[in-house]
Amino acid sequence: MSEPAIVAEGLTRRFGDFVAVDALTFEVARGEVFGFLGANGAGKTTAIRMLTGLLAPSAGHATVAGHDVGRDPEGVRRRIGYMSQRFSLYEDLTVRENVELYGGIYGLSDAEIRDRGGALLESLGLTPWARTLVGAIPLGRKQKLAFSVALIHRPAIVFLDEPTGGVDPITRRQFWEMIYETAARGTTVFVTTHYMDEAEYCDRISIMVDGRMAALGTPAELKRAHGVASVDDVFVRLARAG
Amino acid sequence: MRTIRFLLRKEYRQIFRDRVMVAQIFMVPIIQMLVLANAATFSVRSVQLWVVDDDRSSVSRAIVDRLTASGRFVLAGSSASMAEADDALLDRRAGLILHLPARLERELVRTRRGEIQMIFNAEDGAAAGIASAYAQRIVAGYGAELAAELRPAVGAIGAASDAPRAAGGSLDLRLRGWYNPELDYRDFMVPGILVVLVTIVGSMLTAVNIAREKELGTLDQLNVTPVTKTQFIAGKLIPLWSIGLVELGVGLAFAHAVFGVPVRGSLWLVFGAAAMYLVVALGIGLLVSAMVDTQQQAMFVIYFILIVYLLMSGLFTPVRSMPVWAQWVSAFTPVQHFVTVMRSVLLKGGGVGDVWRELLVLAGYGVVVFWVAVRQYRKRVA
Repeated sequence: MSEPAIVAEGLTRRFGDFVAVDALTFEVARGEVFGFLGANGAGKTTAIRMLTGLLAPSAGHATVAGHDVGRDPEGVRRRIGYMSQRFSLYEDLTVRENVELYGGIYGLSDAEIRDRGGALLESLGLTPWARTLVGAIPLGRKQKLAFSVALIHRPAIVFLDEPTGGVDPITRRQFWEMIYETAARGTTVFVTTHYMDEAEYCDRISIMVDGRMAALGTPAELKRAHGVASVDDVFVRLARAG
Repeated sequence: MRTIRFLLRKEYRQIFRDRVMVAQIFMVPIIQMLVLANAATFSVRSVQLWVVDDDRSSVSRAIVDRLTASGRFVLAGSSASMAEADDALLDRRAGLILHLPARLERELVRTRRGEIQMIFNAEDGAAAGIASAYAQRIVAGYGAELAAELRPAVGAIGAASDAPRAAGGSLDLRLRGWYNPELDYRDFMVPGILVVLVTIVGSMLTAVNIAREKELGTLDQLNVTPVTKTQFIAGKLIPLWSIGLVELGVGLAFAHAVFGVPVRGSLWLVFGAAAMYLVVALGIGLLVSAMVDTQQQAMFVIYFILIVYLLMSGLFTPVRSMPVWAQWVSAFTPVQHFVTVMRSVLLKGGGVGDVWRELLVLAGYGVVVFWVAVRQYRKRVA
């Protein structure tokens, strides 16, 4: 087995006296779809910001795609894709301009941008929309586009922070199909969500409560351990206890 | 380099796609010039005149006519009682009460002296002083005319405020030169207004532009990419810097074509100084954007800084009449130095030899502000 995509050991972040993330220790394997769950304010976003190099850890360390997030955040950034809960493309640029921009930023050649960009638009059915401003296309398509753009440089790991917030059930289903395809190609998917049905689709899930990882395992394992029928019940049980 | 090219293309596209922004860039200099150049002058026009004429004679009517005919006074109303006139002054329907006492004409003929009363609203002391100088001159002119016409019957009329008293038929009126009402303030104001413009573009657009990306979340997105701090800052500042220079060009061309503001010195020098000054302005914008989270906060902080800067810069009020500590503060605002360069080069044809001190200060400023701003800017929160 090759080295894991993400290794976190005692990863901690404090804001003054408040401990937002308290000694997270976990591993995520390559090609895994890892669900990162937790109530609002449980510390998910803080943890993601540390793993993506946006926030320095207060203690502990983490390795993402072989690079230490504390010492070599630039190395991490070259190897990851990121799609935030807030919409991350430029709404006042066209679909194609966004693709070109991110391709250029990640150091793709003009030919690569043309080929990968064209294939990307084709697969999303966005070719007719190439010259449309991103702000003018429907939310579901936007989210799928943002996901594809986050993958344009073929990262080892992609972080999705509540990627399906506000989109309709059909688009959510299609989005998850995209996630599976991505994982099948060997890209690790690290995803946060509030939808418990989505959690069931993950290879493994973790549940954060008050900055700590209260549970970690496959959905089936967690349901069995807590003697309940759904991940939703596991979540409510843990969140209430915390 | 390649990354910067992509970032620049993005930035220019976004700026020129934003109609409001484009309108701002090209219309604001013109509108600001039209409004400020005409409004921000020290000459006083159309003072509201309120007449209390107790005499109702040909002389009293002639005085009112002379004042209104000058174009500087507009008849706002009249009344029989002073009480009503007082009210008008109080609620600003009148800026000047002209009280012509009963028997003015008769006294003039009999004693060769007449007294009239003028009461100014001196809330704005400078404006009242100028208006009073106008009025005194007009009244004195009429007095001299009367004296010549009716000699030896009538001597003169003196305005009773603090006007010089006419004595024995001749008028001794001392007009003070510094209230020269014909002086064209436009040439003096326009270079300053151009500086305000460049400052606003530089600081405001930079701070708001970056704060906007923070607000939308696209900044986080850029921060998780391999884009370096230098690339990001260059990608943001080069477009805004170039727009600042274009603005200055638009404003200057307009001022020259419409107001005939002279360009006596070298345009290279003007734009060279502007290029340096813009680095300061952009640096301030960058610094502010690092401190704030939203566009609103950015605007608020920038407004605060700009108001202090502009008031302290000697643009609207002479630096020498400030308290000493304020003069020191003023010496430390970059605005003042750029205004000095602009006025010197445009109006007096000054060359590098005349403004090298200011240029040096601007360059120093640019280096310091920029250095601090770039250091302050972080991709990652510590």
